[in-house]
Amino acid sequence: MGTSSLGKVYQPHEIIVRQGEPGHCMYVIQSGKVELIKDSEGHEIFLGELGEGDFFGEMELFGKEPHAATVRALSEVSLLTVDKKLLLRKIQEDPSLGFRIMQKLSNRVRELENELMNTTRARLDDTLEMIRRSPR
Amino acid sequence: MSEFAVALQSDPMSLRLEDGSCVAVVGGGPAGSFFSYFLLEMAGRIGLDVGVDIYEAKSFSGCGPASCNMCGGIVSESLVQLLATEGINLPGNVVQRGIDSYVLHMDVGSVRIDPPGKEKRIAAVHRGGGPRGSTGSAWGSFDGFLLGLAASKGATVIRERVESAAWVGGKPRLMTKKGESPEYDLLAVAVGINGLGPKLLEGLYCQRPSGSLVGGIRGKGPQLLEDLGVAYGPPKLTKTFICELPIGAENINRYLGTSMHVFLLNLPKLEFAAMIPKGDYVTVVMLGEDIDKQLVNAFLNRAEVKRCLPPDWEIPADFCRCSPSINIRGAARPLADRVVFLGDCAENRLYKDGIGGAYRTSKAAARTVAYYGISAEDFRQHYLPVCRNLATDNAIGKVVFATTHLIQRLRVTRRGLLRMVAAEQKSGAPAGMSSVLWDTFTGSAPYRDVFRRTLHPLFLGRFLYEIAMAAFARNGASQERRWEQAL
Repeated sequence: MGTSSLGKVYQPHEIIVRQGEPGHCMYVIQSGKVELIKDSEGHEIFLGELGEGDFFGEMELFGKEPHAATVRALSEVSLLTVDKKLLLRKIQEDPSLGFRIMQKLSNRVRELENELMNTTRARLDDTLEMIRRSPR
Repeated sequence: MSEFAVALQSDPMSLRLEDGSCVAVVGGGPAGSFFSYFLLEMAGRIGLDVGVDIYEAKSFSGCGPASCNMCGGIVSESLVQLLATEGINLPGNVVQRGIDSYVLHMDVGSVRIDPPGKEKRIAAVHRGGGPRGSTGSAWGSFDGFLLGLAASKGATVIRERVESAAWVGGKPRLMTKKGESPEYDLLAVAVGINGLGPKLLEGLYCQRPSGSLVGGIRGKGPQLLEDLGVAYGPPKLTKTFICELPIGAENINRYLGTSMHVFLLNLPKLEFAAMIPKGDYVTVVMLGEDIDKQLVNAFLNRAEVKRCLPPDWEIPADFCRCSPSINIRGAARPLADRVVFLGDCAENRLYKDGIGGAYRTSKAAARTVAYYGISAEDFRQHYLPVCRNLATDNAIGKVVFATTHLIQRLRVTRRGLLRMVAAEQKSGAPAGMSSVLWDTFTGSAPYRDVFRRTLHPLFLGRFLYEIAMAAFARNGASQERRWEQAL
């Protein structure tokens, strides 16, 4: 990446944010890819992948909770940070600025609902199957 | 139109856009493109189907002033972040150089100011296809990118120059060489303050709804507009000087790097000057009163400036240059029923962040049009406060620049300032003077924020202490030389 790129460059496998650390900004991916990983009892659970134009860290802007997941560079990645203080002040002046963040959060809620629905349905199917197979 | 849109625009007395309404935007610079983009985006959100025609004769693909909207070409740190939040990421071929720091040059020494995080969040761009004489093919124009963005949202770009406007049946129409446009429901004027923009404003004429001509003589426009309640008063302007020096990418990397270079020199009539590194060119911006060829040569020949250029480099006999106007006081009443003025021909930020100012006024106008209405009263209630806010901030900005001017005039204050910044940078805590100068020269924060920080007793105390030290310290000059060598 040359002098014409904006933001800060991270190398492949470099940790960008760590689960549990406090968040002070939102990250917008200018180029490259990152992966989201959740640490659960010593095991890494892959949550997803983000690419150019996507952003992360927005949930930490609206609360005081630390980062819910670790974000790691999958390739050389260029990230632009958006300051929490600047963004919240500008959203106060122009609430429509928060529209895209709300849109993304609502998409995420919808995806989680679908996942929850699928998981519940799969569990229900498994339970029904077990009942069907069990001796009467 | 959706029920939601009807509910939003519930005042029956208010003029408003409806499904099938057409909006004319005169001027496809940042103000016109931002307005079109946000209006179409917001209208889409509320299910309002409107058409937007942008009249822009420039292609922004050619080289030289004819394809350029003439400015220093800096997209401020705050605007880069806001655009990213809006989902507008500046492409790599438009950003000629990401800027992560700046170097302040004075006759008493130079000091580099790095913000915390050291991230490239300022974009140096060319407004057109590149300076006169450049090949320019590898780079894209910033204005061209924004116009393309508006077109991708559904705006129609009409490559014609608007020569005048008429008021027919209570609605605006535009005249181009090819003839008269259909009537529009709203006219957004974003013609800027340079080039043919002011001529168009003077050429505006009006026709009564009955069709009888009220006026049509060029140069009488403002009075005639007043007859119809368009009591627009043009902004107050001053001249600047901008030139593009062909230095080459390698030399720029070596001598200027990814820093903007700011000069506070005690040159008569010069307020401020900056060198902005780009791809193959360095843009020199000079602000002051009556900047003439002599002052430009005096500046380029100063030792502080020459140190930023290759030693064997000589000023070419001919290079791309222009003397555009900038807005130093906003327009009066930039609105009327079905008419709104945007960007520079309404209100903009003083000296800095003109593109950021265009974003703010254009988005506020788009919000008003989409969510409230298009009457003068709607603009007065929902658009004018944004312009007034900018005007109030500019008034505070004038105090900030007057103070900078005073510091610039006295050697002891210049040395005090240099000492304070250098000490902050050395300690790794770039608050205080570093952040004040950063926000003043990059336009990243409102002037009222900058001014408030300078009133803090700790800030004032520290600055006075450094001035006193600069006045009495015997080894002051040698210390400053050491800072300079460390750059």
